[in-house]
Amino acid sequence: MLAGVSSPPRRRVALFVTCLVDLFRPSVGFAAVKLLEDAGCTVEVPTLQVCCGQPAYNSGDRASTKAIAAQVIEAFEGYAFVVAPSGSCAGMLSHHYPGLFDDDPAMKARAETLAGRTHELMAFLVDVLGVTRVAARYDGAVTFHDSCSGLRELGVKQQPRTLLGSVEGLTLREMTTPEVCCGFGGTFCVKYPEISNAMVGEKTADIAATGAATLLAGDLGCLMNMAGKLQREGHAVKARHVAEVLAGMGGQAAIGEGEA
Amino acid sequence: MQSTAHDFKHNVDEALANPNLQDSLGKLKVGFSERRRQAVERLPEFEALRDRARDIKDHTLENLDFYLEEFERKVLALGGHVHWAPTAEDARRIIADLCKSVGARTIAKSKSMVSEEIGLNDHLEALGIAPIETDLGEYIIQLRHEPPSHIIAPAVHLTKDQVADTFLEHHRALGFTKRLTERNDLVAEARHVLRQKFLDADVGLTGANFLVAETGSSMLVTNEGNADLSNTLPKMHIVLASIEKVIPTLEDAAVLLRVLARSATGQESSTYTTLNTGAKRAGDLDGPSDYHVVILDNGRSSVLGTKMQDMLRCIRCGACMNHCPVYGAIGGHAYGWVYPGPIGAVLTPQLIGVEEAGNLPNASTFCGRCESVCPVRIPLPALMRHWREREFERHLTPRAVRHGLALWSFVARRPLLYRRLTGLANRLLALFGRAAGRYRSLPLASGWTRFRDFPAPPPGGTFHAQWARRAGRTRR
Repeated sequence: MLAGVSSPPRRRVALFVTCLVDLFRPSVGFAAVKLLEDAGCTVEVPTLQVCCGQPAYNSGDRASTKAIAAQVIEAFEGYAFVVAPSGSCAGMLSHHYPGLFDDDPAMKARAETLAGRTHELMAFLVDVLGVTRVAARYDGAVTFHDSCSGLRELGVKQQPRTLLGSVEGLTLREMTTPEVCCGFGGTFCVKYPEISNAMVGEKTADIAATGAATLLAGDLGCLMNMAGKLQREGHAVKARHVAEVLAGMGGQAAIGEGEA
Repeated sequence: MQSTAHDFKHNVDEALANPNLQDSLGKLKVGFSERRRQAVERLPEFEALRDRARDIKDHTLENLDFYLEEFERKVLALGGHVHWAPTAEDARRIIADLCKSVGARTIAKSKSMVSEEIGLNDHLEALGIAPIETDLGEYIIQLRHEPPSHIIAPAVHLTKDQVADTFLEHHRALGFTKRLTERNDLVAEARHVLRQKFLDADVGLTGANFLVAETGSSMLVTNEGNADLSNTLPKMHIVLASIEKVIPTLEDAAVLLRVLARSATGQESSTYTTLNTGAKRAGDLDGPSDYHVVILDNGRSSVLGTKMQDMLRCIRCGACMNHCPVYGAIGGHAYGWVYPGPIGAVLTPQLIGVEEAGNLPNASTFCGRCESVCPVRIPLPALMRHWREREFERHLTPRAVRHGLALWSFVARRPLLYRRLTGLANRLLALFGRAAGRYRSLPLASGWTRFRDFPAPPPGGTFHAQWARRAGRTRR
């Protein structure tokens, strides 16, 4: 390497894929990889990752949660940054893991180290890496749902809007209540399907009223819930993860969209 | 009050199918949150005040015995009486005895959620004493024999037309034979009917927003002024409050009042803020000759010093329910007992048992909006999660959920097995859903597919499978 022309060291980032992205929408993971690589990061995907443990945590099963959290802590040790394309999973790692190990100082210290290094993708790109623009094009009006954990635990609000503002051809039409929960809530949507349905029904009405042709959000759980309801109600609105649009991957089939 | 919390799912079905309720909830959701937002915007120090309010309540709870005894000393010094009620039954008996001691036939009540909690009205009626609710909302639901559906807006589940019908039915005998359609006319008619009841009442019973230890005062906020008639006209005034209502000083009350009304209704302050400090003194123009304070525990002291103590910071503003999307979908009655919404989901299992109210802390998406508006920063989702943990420990979690969870966590703790199974699931879901891109029904997912389509994954395998292939190519 020649002195004086060295590029800044590439940041080594571990991607927390999330179980929903892994299983239902791999393109979100690849979009995250592209955005991170474009921003000068080297992305690695630790192979022993599974799930962040929220299904157990939110069902009151603390023992299983701790076992799963310990596995995640192990898998992601040694990375300077851990990034997830989900506010919910990032929030679990950064806000809830340390509290699981109040009775185990050694594990608590490791959990706190992970917590301090974990970021939601949009917040990481904008707040940590200082990205303000992406090279992408997406024609048409979109609306953006603020997923609850990202918004309230991690303060993800302006970051995706900043990046979307740089996408050519895209206009943002806000909902009346973009910050109100869509009714997904993990296992909530199948434990209390009637309440969840009432909540997502309000959400889809708000989405439809914007007239936007595309719904974006930063969490796949919320997106699958809203996309499924929009489709059941016969709306033509397409649902995509915000990372897909920002990575220039907005041309592929939308969530729940079949072969053309 | 008889609980139907165990029937939560049935209550939910009824609530969702009730068009009047849904109509009312639609207005509530927008109205309350928008008014709070504007009030908070007008007060730049609001967030700092929330911290102070939390700290005041925390300090008081950590020294609760001291401040309660201090309050008692002050009340006694002013010639009033303090009665300690460990249980709801004790509180009912104390109040009934006080009423009997003055030969009371009717008592004028100003809104008190604690009186709902102890089932006071039914108890008094059984003894031949007529309790008259004088808060307009409480009065309406008393006529309809319904419990409150909101802690500060007890009749918020009703439409104006329903109120008009209720008044016509019950006021006809008093000579009001015209069905009213205007809001103001309905209020005027209720005022007219209630005025005589205030004058007739032998005892006035009020709740309290705060008990001020420094002065021995009970403090009440209302928007209707009904509390001021309840506590000045009858010869005996009974204050019914729970232990966590005590605060150290009037200075503290000023902080709490500044966050209370803004959080509740978006007002800068409630229309009436009344301090009652003992009975009528020489030279006073009016006021009761007897002043009693009944202080209820009912299981609250058992959470002191535990992770659940934070629930006792609550100042009953109702902001959590006003901002809760679950409350907004189902209203207050579905929760099945006195306190609905997020705070109800936390309090109710404590007060009537988690076996009875186990659904309530589970019926939340943990969206966190309640905590984000709580004026005393109660970590409501965390407290609901504590209840879920206790239910899980005690095997109260439904069997199907426990078994499903056990299976899932067995697999989730074995990454290689997990990869194989998710790889298989991904391929199957992608294969059969390829044409449509989604499923209209799916075995084991009927809770989902009853109301929404289930998106199928696109072909190509899981992320991890694709990543491994890509890594393999890169290496070659």
